[in-house]
Amino acid sequence: MFTFTLRRLLLAIPTLLFISLIIFLLLDFAPGDPTAQLPLTIPPEVKAKIRESLGLGEPIHIRYLLWLKQFAVAEPLHAFDATFGTHFGEGMQRVISWQTRSPVGDIIAQRMPQTLWVVGLSYVLGTLIALPIGVLSAYRQYSWFDQLGTFVSMVGYSVPTFFTGVLLIVIFAVNLGWFPSIYDTTHVVSDWDSFVFQVRQMVMPVAVLALYNAAQISRFMRASMLDNLGQDYVRTARAKGMSEKVVVLVHVLRNSMIPVVTVIALGVPTIFGGAIITEQVFKVNGLGQLLITAIYANDIPMVQTLTFIFAILIVLFNLIADVLYGILDPRIRYD
Amino acid sequence: MPDGGVPVLDVKDLKTVFRTRSGEIHAVNSVSFDLRPGELLGVVGESGSGKSVTMMSLIGLLPSPPAEVRGGTVMFDGEDLLKVREERLRALRGARIGFVFQDPMTSLNPVFTVGYQIMEPLRKHMGLDKQAARNRARELLELVGIPDAARRLGDYPHQFSGGMRQRVMIAIALACDPEVLIADEPTTALDVTIQAQILELMKELREKLGMAVIWITHDLGVIAGIADRVMVMYGGQVVEQAPVRELFGNPQHPYTRALLKTVPSVSGARAEKLAVIEGQPPILSSAPAACPFRARCPQAFDRCERENPARVPVGPGHDAACFWDPATGGPRDV
Repeated sequence: MFTFTLRRLLLAIPTLLFISLIIFLLLDFAPGDPTAQLPLTIPPEVKAKIRESLGLGEPIHIRYLLWLKQFAVAEPLHAFDATFGTHFGEGMQRVISWQTRSPVGDIIAQRMPQTLWVVGLSYVLGTLIALPIGVLSAYRQYSWFDQLGTFVSMVGYSVPTFFTGVLLIVIFAVNLGWFPSIYDTTHVVSDWDSFVFQVRQMVMPVAVLALYNAAQISRFMRASMLDNLGQDYVRTARAKGMSEKVVVLVHVLRNSMIPVVTVIALGVPTIFGGAIITEQVFKVNGLGQLLITAIYANDIPMVQTLTFIFAILIVLFNLIADVLYGILDPRIRYD
Repeated sequence: MPDGGVPVLDVKDLKTVFRTRSGEIHAVNSVSFDLRPGELLGVVGESGSGKSVTMMSLIGLLPSPPAEVRGGTVMFDGEDLLKVREERLRALRGARIGFVFQDPMTSLNPVFTVGYQIMEPLRKHMGLDKQAARNRARELLELVGIPDAARRLGDYPHQFSGGMRQRVMIAIALACDPEVLIADEPTTALDVTIQAQILELMKELREKLGMAVIWITHDLGVIAGIADRVMVMYGGQVVEQAPVRELFGNPQHPYTRALLKTVPSVSGARAEKLAVIEGQPPILSSAPAACPFRARCPQAFDRCERENPARVPVGPGHDAACFWDPATGGPRDV
């Protein structure tokens, strides 16, 4: 397993380099000009100077390699320095956002907590709700519980989050006034009251996303449980006199989790991608919102860096899913 | 051949139906039999004759719904298994009544070690601690002839061959020294040489441990080699029942006679074409009011259409459910 993981990690390097090149070329070929938003009164010569100062005068391969150096060397060193108070990265050029002129890494670090709190929590919550629902739905197939679960997850999965989000805002923020409709990212939790406020402002976005995630995962869980409940080994476990609890929660669940764990692991990178729509609806300025504004502003370093981080996460969680698969299923041995 | 004594298992009038969308299927119709201590009872019949369903009904292993045990009594050690609570059945299953199923490739849980799966009933029913259960599991693997038992406890089912897996299944079934072992076509999914090994193992274990065995099969050759007594099932009913020699020597029911003719013989001159029982087994959509075999029976006459024959004694320890008497070649006087 260890050599497998190591080999896969090494193999990930050329994969990621290739992905980064593709992203870079795509963004470079895309129409758009970082100075397009500047006032028309600025003379064209000045605009050309500005573009040159942004590094756009260099040939494409130089720009790509410079970005790569900034991303892969300068940013990690700066992060290391910031954590341990060292000075390895001093004087190195970091990836700078064209919009804000501040390092992309710092902005991402600022936005990350909002996204992790709202989107991450909704994913964890959605999973925790989905697993028992899936198990029970399958065990009591076609019962009223299963029918209700099927209905709710169909609704949760097929109704888009921008609709459920706005619906919740209309009901709970506008009519009932229970929760704020806009997420305040500057809010600092310092005491009990501010904590309660934080919870209240998180309720609606988390609920919208958790419903969506739970709907999806509970369907997977149910299908996987159903696949396994009819297997011969389940009859064997019953014939051994095992209680239903042991039969379902030990014998069947362990087998059913194999595909579901993969689905859950592969869904984790989407957390970091942020739920772009939900973040917009509730004005949570997390990573998804950051990406959207960067795209509008032709902030290529920001878009490039964010997209590439998502790519890294996807590759990483693919690997994690494979490793988990091998741990859960003894029939799969990678070495 | 063990004989006499109080039966360990006494089944009377067992009825099981399956509820389906298109109506009820009467899979088991008034089946009665007993099993004596230490005896090996062979149960034969073609697919769908109700052999497995009967045995699974005894101990609540059929999924309900769709299955429903409608009536009868199953006496085991003074208790009616059809009346006791589910917890009581669970305490008997795997402890005093063991099961071996047909397909060893799918009957073991793929994600747990063989040792864990053998230790499970030991810990539950016998209350052994981990170490004691492990020791006993090792002994069991040795008993069923798996070499290097101590090491193999940590292996997963996919690391065993088909025959070895069936040995593991037998070890699980025997874990708590059951009084009754129900083996549901335990050799059908194995190739012939492995079949012979498993048969030998079962004979040996039965002598060593002395439990009563119900052996379900559709292979008459296997039955001839291993059973003390044979019960022939057709259309969810027992149509004939006799000690093994008597059944093979003096079959009474036309179905049994036909079944025996379908077995190829290796001795003697090259025989004519193998006999075939023409037609299909009945679809049991209602409780039978007539003989279930009448449509395929060469001896059927008008009475077979009107009545479902009851089992009547036709010899020592031998009974058959048929209106026709092969000795006289005419209707039986019942």
